[in-house]
Amino acid sequence: MQEWANQLCENRQFGSKMTDSKYFTTTKKGEIFELKAELNSDKKEKKKEAVKKVIASMTVGKDVSALFPDVVNCMQTDNLELKKLVYLYLMNYAKSQPDMAIMAVNTFVKDCEDPNPLIRALAVRTMGCIRVDKITEYLCEPLRKCLKDEDPYVRKTAAVCVAKLHDINAQLVEDQGFLDTLKDLISDSNPMVVANAVAALSEIAESHPNSNLMDLNPQTINKLLTALNECTEWGQIFILDCLANYTPRDDRESQSICERVTPRLSHANSAVVLSAVKVLMKFMEMLPKDLDYYGTLLKKLAPPLVTLLSAEPELQYVALRNINLIVQRRPEILKHEMKVFFVKYNDPIYVKLEKLDIMIRLASQANIAQVLAELKEYATEVDVDFVRKAVRAIGRCAIKVEQSAERCVSTLLDLIQTKVNYVVQEAIVVIKDIFRKYPNKYESVIATLCENLDSLDEPEARAAMIWIVGEYAERIDNADELLESFLEGFHDESTQVQLQLLTAIVKLFLKKPTETQELVQQVLSLATQDSDNPDLRDRGYIYWRLLSTDPVAAKEVVLAEKPLISEETDLIEPTLLEELICHIGTLASVYHKPPSAFVEGSRGVQHKRLPGSTESGESESPDTTSAAAVSDAPPAVIPSQGDLLGDLLNLDLTPPTTTGPPPPASSGMQMGAMDLLGGGLDSLLGGDLGGSPAIGAGFGAPPAAMPASFSAPVSGGLDDLFDLGGGVGMPMGAYSAPKTVWLPAMKAKGLEISGTFARRSGVIQMEMTLTNKAMSVMTDFAIQFNRNSFGLAPAGPLQVLTPLNPNQSIEVTLPLNTVGPVMKMEPLNNLQVAVKNNIDVFYFSCQYPISMLFVEDGKMERQVFLATWKDIPNDNEAQFQIKDCHLSSDAASNKLQGSNIFTIAKRTVDGQDMLYQSMKLTNGIWVLAEMRVQAGNPVYTVSLKCRAAEVSQWVFQSYEAVLKN
Amino acid sequence: MIHSLFLINHLGDIFLEKHWKSVISRSVCDYFFEAREKAVDPENVPPVLQTPHHYLISIYRGKLFFLSVIQTEVPPLFVIEFLHRVADTFQDYFGECSESVITDNLVIVYELLEEMLDNGFPLATESNVLKEMIRPPNILRSVVNTLTGGSNVGETLPQGQLSNIPWRRAGVKYANNEAYFDVTEEIDAIVDKSGTTVSAEIQGVIEACVKLSGMPDLTMSFMNPRLLDDVSFHPCVRFRRWESERVLSFIPPDGNFTLMTYHISSQNLVAIPVYVKQSINFFEAGSCGRLDITIGPKQTMGKTVEDLKVTIHMPKAVLNANLTATQGNYTYDCTTKMLVWDIGKLNPQKLPNLRGSLSMQTGVPNPEENPSLNIDLKIQQLAISGLKVSRLDMYGEKYKPFKGVKYVTKAGKFQVRT
Repeated sequence: MQEWANQLCENRQFGSKMTDSKYFTTTKKGEIFELKAELNSDKKEKKKEAVKKVIASMTVGKDVSALFPDVVNCMQTDNLELKKLVYLYLMNYAKSQPDMAIMAVNTFVKDCEDPNPLIRALAVRTMGCIRVDKITEYLCEPLRKCLKDEDPYVRKTAAVCVAKLHDINAQLVEDQGFLDTLKDLISDSNPMVVANAVAALSEIAESHPNSNLMDLNPQTINKLLTALNECTEWGQIFILDCLANYTPRDDRESQSICERVTPRLSHANSAVVLSAVKVLMKFMEMLPKDLDYYGTLLKKLAPPLVTLLSAEPELQYVALRNINLIVQRRPEILKHEMKVFFVKYNDPIYVKLEKLDIMIRLASQANIAQVLAELKEYATEVDVDFVRKAVRAIGRCAIKVEQSAERCVSTLLDLIQTKVNYVVQEAIVVIKDIFRKYPNKYESVIATLCENLDSLDEPEARAAMIWIVGEYAERIDNADELLESFLEGFHDESTQVQLQLLTAIVKLFLKKPTETQELVQQVLSLATQDSDNPDLRDRGYIYWRLLSTDPVAAKEVVLAEKPLISEETDLIEPTLLEELICHIGTLASVYHKPPSAFVEGSRGVQHKRLPGSTESGESESPDTTSAAAVSDAPPAVIPSQGDLLGDLLNLDLTPPTTTGPPPPASSGMQMGAMDLLGGGLDSLLGGDLGGSPAIGAGFGAPPAAMPASFSAPVSGGLDDLFDLGGGVGMPMGAYSAPKTVWLPAMKAKGLEISGTFARRSGVIQMEMTLTNKAMSVMTDFAIQFNRNSFGLAPAGPLQVLTPLNPNQSIEVTLPLNTVGPVMKMEPLNNLQVAVKNNIDVFYFSCQYPISMLFVEDGKMERQVFLATWKDIPNDNEAQFQIKDCHLSSDAASNKLQGSNIFTIAKRTVDGQDMLYQSMKLTNGIWVLAEMRVQAGNPVYTVSLKCRAAEVSQWVFQSYEAVLKN
Repeated sequence: MIHSLFLINHLGDIFLEKHWKSVISRSVCDYFFEAREKAVDPENVPPVLQTPHHYLISIYRGKLFFLSVIQTEVPPLFVIEFLHRVADTFQDYFGECSESVITDNLVIVYELLEEMLDNGFPLATESNVLKEMIRPPNILRSVVNTLTGGSNVGETLPQGQLSNIPWRRAGVKYANNEAYFDVTEEIDAIVDKSGTTVSAEIQGVIEACVKLSGMPDLTMSFMNPRLLDDVSFHPCVRFRRWESERVLSFIPPDGNFTLMTYHISSQNLVAIPVYVKQSINFFEAGSCGRLDITIGPKQTMGKTVEDLKVTIHMPKAVLNANLTATQGNYTYDCTTKMLVWDIGKLNPQKLPNLRGSLSMQTGVPNPEENPSLNIDLKIQQLAISGLKVSRLDMYGEKYKPFKGVKYVTKAGKFQVRT
């Protein structure tokens, strides 16, 4: 009692201050008690003060839900401020007290009829925020009236309310016809109403990508453009973003829209400016390049982009990420604006890094001197990340602008002289790239580089230095000593360095065979016998065999001329760039990823494309895909002397001329390694290696990607040793169904294709048997997929190297990736395939098990699982039963794990095991599962929860298939 | 759309949260705190963060983080602009934007936030409109309110909300009608150690304080409008008139507002008002350094340079500075490593000089980086770009207003490298 009295006094004291902080009293029980009394006071003023105290507590996160009935009692009032405060409270707590919230409904309905439009709007607005089903039922009638209210302020508020209601109960909104009313509001006479209707429709459309809500036609576009001039800045953003989804019929319409959008570039709100830039960048694609207006438009785009850079740093950052896209697509817009990207020392680091990136993109012969001077300045800054990037940028300049290469190299040498450790390491890495771009030009600097050998402690720099020593071994007198010094700690090095060292010493040996025999023996045995790394062992064996069989051939292979590296290594792939240009100003543009890649499941499966851009896309952007593959790969053994290599390996490997571009380094390497085994391994076994047992063990682990040709006949007695190609390599691997006939011979002029899908070591594979049942030889096979639900696409060409003779079959494995174009298919897992050969093109469709899309990192953390499970609405839950399954829960869990269905937790209740499982699809959709297994009962129950409910059925099929096989 | 807002102080306490849709737990901020920790300086926290289920977009203003949580694809600039607008509104209402004023006015803040955003869509962000709906606090009113039971929430729908000029409130009346314009230009420049200008640009802004009765329609014209090719306007400016006649024609909001901002790029010749002769050297042997800086006028168009100040962020190894200034005072803060030389007015006859020695930490290698000099200055009655307002006319109202235009040039991010 005493304490309670003290409490009261204390509260009074606080109450005497004039500010809102008086509302902060302690959280002890006395406070709630006292507030309750005040709320029920007869005096209006006291009531209001009490509600204010309640709100203040709520704002700082205290729980005052216990006062619900008392606060609601204050709702019936003429005092607008009190009403607003009560509404604020209701929005926060109605969800936790749904039964009490019903008490408020009558007042809401009455307020919706109030003569004051402010009160009508307030009521409809608040009702929409109360996310309680029982209340939403009562909301429909008032909302319908408000959508047709005479006062535009009420109409515009009601428009937003439709979006709120849709979020709570989409079905209700559709049944009540609110969507149509909302669409009508696009033609409203008041621009604010139009803007809000557009905003509401866009939000609804976003959660239902296929609903086709915003059907844009020239009439609606015209209305939007009219409203654009008159509505608020925020409304302009909604309208511009909506306009960007429209595809004009022809270039004249395109131009007229652009003309009406350009004034927005002078808006003070940067979001308006960027949305306008998006519309213009997109519609510009449709304008003929020789049009005067096209040039005018290009000129108009530069100043607003530059202005964005004088805004607050957060705005600058988003602007810079977008400018990065724009300069890749249309470098001409900002080519004269290099200086605005110069870094100031007090820019935040995230702005500095972005500016640097754009500087490189804009670097050209005209401005390279300026850029280099700047970069050199940056290389002496404080921030390590920034300095590293600046040094790298100098290297990129050298590679991009040939005329500047010499200055870049000398700048880099100056920087090496500073002896700052990380600067030296970065410089060496980029100098390696410069050597690859301009061979035999700057080797005079090697001596300087060698002086810094000891200070290198980062793998990338060590690897780069070793590469340089190996590549130019003949010009470095003590190359053998240098490399030998690295060899001492061979096993402590990272793989990158080990591989590089192996190659470098082999190169050295081929160049100076007399003095280095011992060294090469040493490195080969280190790589093949003492290492657990399959890549390293494989490469070691190749070299060993090459050297022991035919040193001349080895020389031709290892010292073959390397392809030059291309100019820019980090350009965004053109189709992705096109898509991102359509998303300027969005999160996608900040992350430089398509929305489907990172926005959670269920939505965003639509890929946007620039209109009419196919031809311009090809003509303007350099081919970057091949460049990316070559750029940073280690000096590759590219079989330029294919037939010779073929002879060497006793295999009829067709000369590379027919396979088109040389295969990427790593896969070429592996194919070589496996083929080698087929050939004369016996001689190796009998010879140099002396039957070392390491080989058997060494090949026990399957290589990452098994090339098609591996299943070709393997010679001699090694069959049993290496029959892992048959499937032993995947003891607990993913389940794959037996092959079925996809394309019967009679439908395809004698070509029969049967196949299945599998996921092996993280690679989705399409395994096919092609059988020639015709009379003539088949050649020139190729394959293509139609767009499909998960963007499956062949990761390489169909590897049928030899002609397929009549009555012959060939097994082909086609690795797939999931970066292809996306289109929702019916059924979801349907895949339409076209196969071509010298005779004709054939089409068939097949269905793939969804389990092969389960990725390896699909194990969700427990906490996240719990939260996600709660988060996904119950409507999305699907329950299935699997009958006749006799596995124990552990065995089932093991089996499922092989197919990347991960068991996160297990609970046993009354003899029933509950397994909680997660899996993730290649497009980032998570599926959560609860599997119940009762000992002795062959019927399992599986409940699946997923944001994209339509996949559940197919996931269930996968469960059944995996568990029963 | 914008889902929730958290206000976080520099200690990392969340002192206000507001949710416009369902309630999101504060724990979502943990991802932000992690990034905050990593960034070391609060200025370096990346403005857009991705978490498993949400995106966090934040701004840093007045030592506070405004952190918004969003769940669906929303243009990040839209969010950032809105957050700055929230901060501006607090500034406007309470005179400053700090934790203490916000907690002192929690209820008004909460009412404001509710009024600014509905379901994540901006509702009313114009200060003219907001002030009609929620009156800013002042001591007199709170006394009157407590006596009469009045409220600080407007009872009627603000007129401006739906008209074609949402920015202006109706029924404005003043005894003295006046319109003042401040043309302020800031020079952003990088000058290298030899004194050559690496880049220089001007950020200009015209701020207005318009207190005119009724519905005045103003027209402002310039002597040399050709200077302005990169401009952003307040929504009140009629863009077509600008395009065709190069005059600013507008019905102004009531009170203070930014009429336009403009940018004069480094492709134009930007005058640099002062030159700096400097040498800063560090000696390995004696663990000391020397510093010698002289500043003189360059292109000042005959005006006086005032409030001249040089700020240098010294390398960590500099322990103290022992300098003599021929004019003004210098201070060296050895914790933040900031050397500030406050010069004041620049006298062309007797150039200010600062020289002396720097004591360095022994046993530490020479600093690799060269400190940059940051220059602050002010020149009254001059717009360094040469921009001049030629006339200001008023239509639509009968009375004769007082008019005035003031010019001032300042240094923005003016850096001299060494």
